[in-house]
Amino acid sequence: MVGAIKFDGVKKSFTTLEGETVIALGGVDLEIEKGSFVCLIGPSGCGKSTMLRLLAGLDTPTEGAVYLGDKKVTRPDHDRGLVFQDPNLFPWLNIYDNISFGLKVRKLFKERKNDVNEFIELVGLKGFEKSFPHQLSGGMCQRASLARALIGHPEALLLDEPLGALDAFTRMNMQDELLRIKKEKEMTMIMVTHDVDEAVYLADKIVVMTPRPAKIEKVIDVHLSQPRDRNNPEFIRLRSEILKILDFAGKERDIEYNI
Amino acid sequence: MKKINALLPLISAAAAVAVAFGVPDSSLHQKSAHPYFAYLVIIVTVIYYAGALIGNAVNKKKKKKADNPLFYRALFLAGVILFFNILNILTVKTALLPVLYFPALDRVFGTLVEDRELIGKCIAFSMQLLFKGVFGGLIIGFFMGIAVGFSKTAAYWINPIIRILGPIPSTAWIPILLVVFAKASSASAFIIGISVWFPTVVLTSSGISNVKNSYFEVSSTLGAKNIHKIFKIGVPAAMPSIFLGLFNGICGSFVALMTAEMIGAKYGIGWYVNWQKEMMAYSNVYAGLIVIAALFYLIITILFKIRDRVLGWQKGVIKW
Repeated sequence: MVGAIKFDGVKKSFTTLEGETVIALGGVDLEIEKGSFVCLIGPSGCGKSTMLRLLAGLDTPTEGAVYLGDKKVTRPDHDRGLVFQDPNLFPWLNIYDNISFGLKVRKLFKERKNDVNEFIELVGLKGFEKSFPHQLSGGMCQRASLARALIGHPEALLLDEPLGALDAFTRMNMQDELLRIKKEKEMTMIMVTHDVDEAVYLADKIVVMTPRPAKIEKVIDVHLSQPRDRNNPEFIRLRSEILKILDFAGKERDIEYNI
Repeated sequence: MKKINALLPLISAAAAVAVAFGVPDSSLHQKSAHPYFAYLVIIVTVIYYAGALIGNAVNKKKKKKADNPLFYRALFLAGVILFFNILNILTVKTALLPVLYFPALDRVFGTLVEDRELIGKCIAFSMQLLFKGVFGGLIIGFFMGIAVGFSKTAAYWINPIIRILGPIPSTAWIPILLVVFAKASSASAFIIGISVWFPTVVLTSSGISNVKNSYFEVSSTLGAKNIHKIFKIGVPAAMPSIFLGLFNGICGSFVALMTAEMIGAKYGIGWYVNWQKEMMAYSNVYAGLIVIAALFYLIITILFKIRDRVLGWQKGVIKW
């Protein structure tokens, strides 16, 4: 099925400069339905970013395979959009050119020119087309980078702590926008986050991960309807459940792998 | 205070002209055909006032804010004219400075007018040589830099060559080049090319290897192929560094040009200065130096204008 994601026995290890083998991800099986919002949560070194990079095709698994629909992921491509914590806008292009970058390299710019304005409006950046990234705030840059990833109509949008560097207000604002965009564009979203609240607020499915060995500890389905109330008793119960799992794992957390 | 400031160039220019016409020349100096120095002072002063006032009017009409207040450079110009006035007094008026090495200003500026045909020919010759050398060195340096920046194999083979050959001063090649190249002008262009090539290749490749890896990763998730990664990400991201290399290269090429014109050149502005020095015609030497300064100033100004346009996206770039 288009947009569904499957991790099939995925293992990832790499060798450090000192010749030690580090396991970044130790055997992961996970199926994600099309059109769902999945949050990967866990402490540093639990392999959540590694999972995202494997799905993006930026790294290849040592064992097993990742599938998008029925296609095996072998390399990065436009069917999986990626947004990092740092907006990573190209500083030499203005906002308009940044957002249309994907269309231009795929030679689709001429026929889909109108899309650019549509997506600029979608993320609320109308009037800033000619601005350069350094002239905009962090939140605005992150919106632009979201539009840049969305404009290619990816089947899945991968978000690596995209809201981590934003202040609390902008952050809550952006969370609502992500939900709005997901509803409007009907795509699968997978987000890595450190923030338990954020995960419970956004996700249909929360994947709780623990380090050493990096693995999935528990997959929690969230059955709350949208929009969610942060004071709902079920919301609070889920939050403490996740915190309990993470706290248990946190006791033996002492090394941070920089993955 | 400001009003007086605005009048200062006029006062200074009037003083200079008065000295030029009013004080008799020392008999030790050769007579000049025309009072070129006085003419120049008058022309510069008129141009300055006309330029300032017209510029001000245009800015007002376009409602554009000027970079500097009106008559910002007035004090500076007055100072420069005063300096030349004093120089004029020390040379042609009193002959206090050695006559041979410090010719009359009239004769220095006169050379630019009277010898204009030869000087023009020399400028054309030098520019042609400079263009050939810079263009060749730049193209080769740029593509070699890209290859080294992107390909490990290219870096493995080319990097040692750059490290060994690059630091050799380009003029040290002269003995070999004279054997290798049949034409002296090709050898000259090669010297200039080498002096541009080295900084360009080093700063292009280092610029590319310093590009944030996440730019490449993001671009590949947007559907970019390798060719896009090189020319749409790598090159523009490394552009500040590439321009630095080009700037260093161009400055180096000026030195190389002057040296290159010493090997078998028939014309060229560097050749002109050298030749006039051997003839002990110091007024022509100074005229040649003025031409060199003006020419290189122009080239660097154009380069910076291009840079401002290409690198407008950068924060806080240095203005020229």
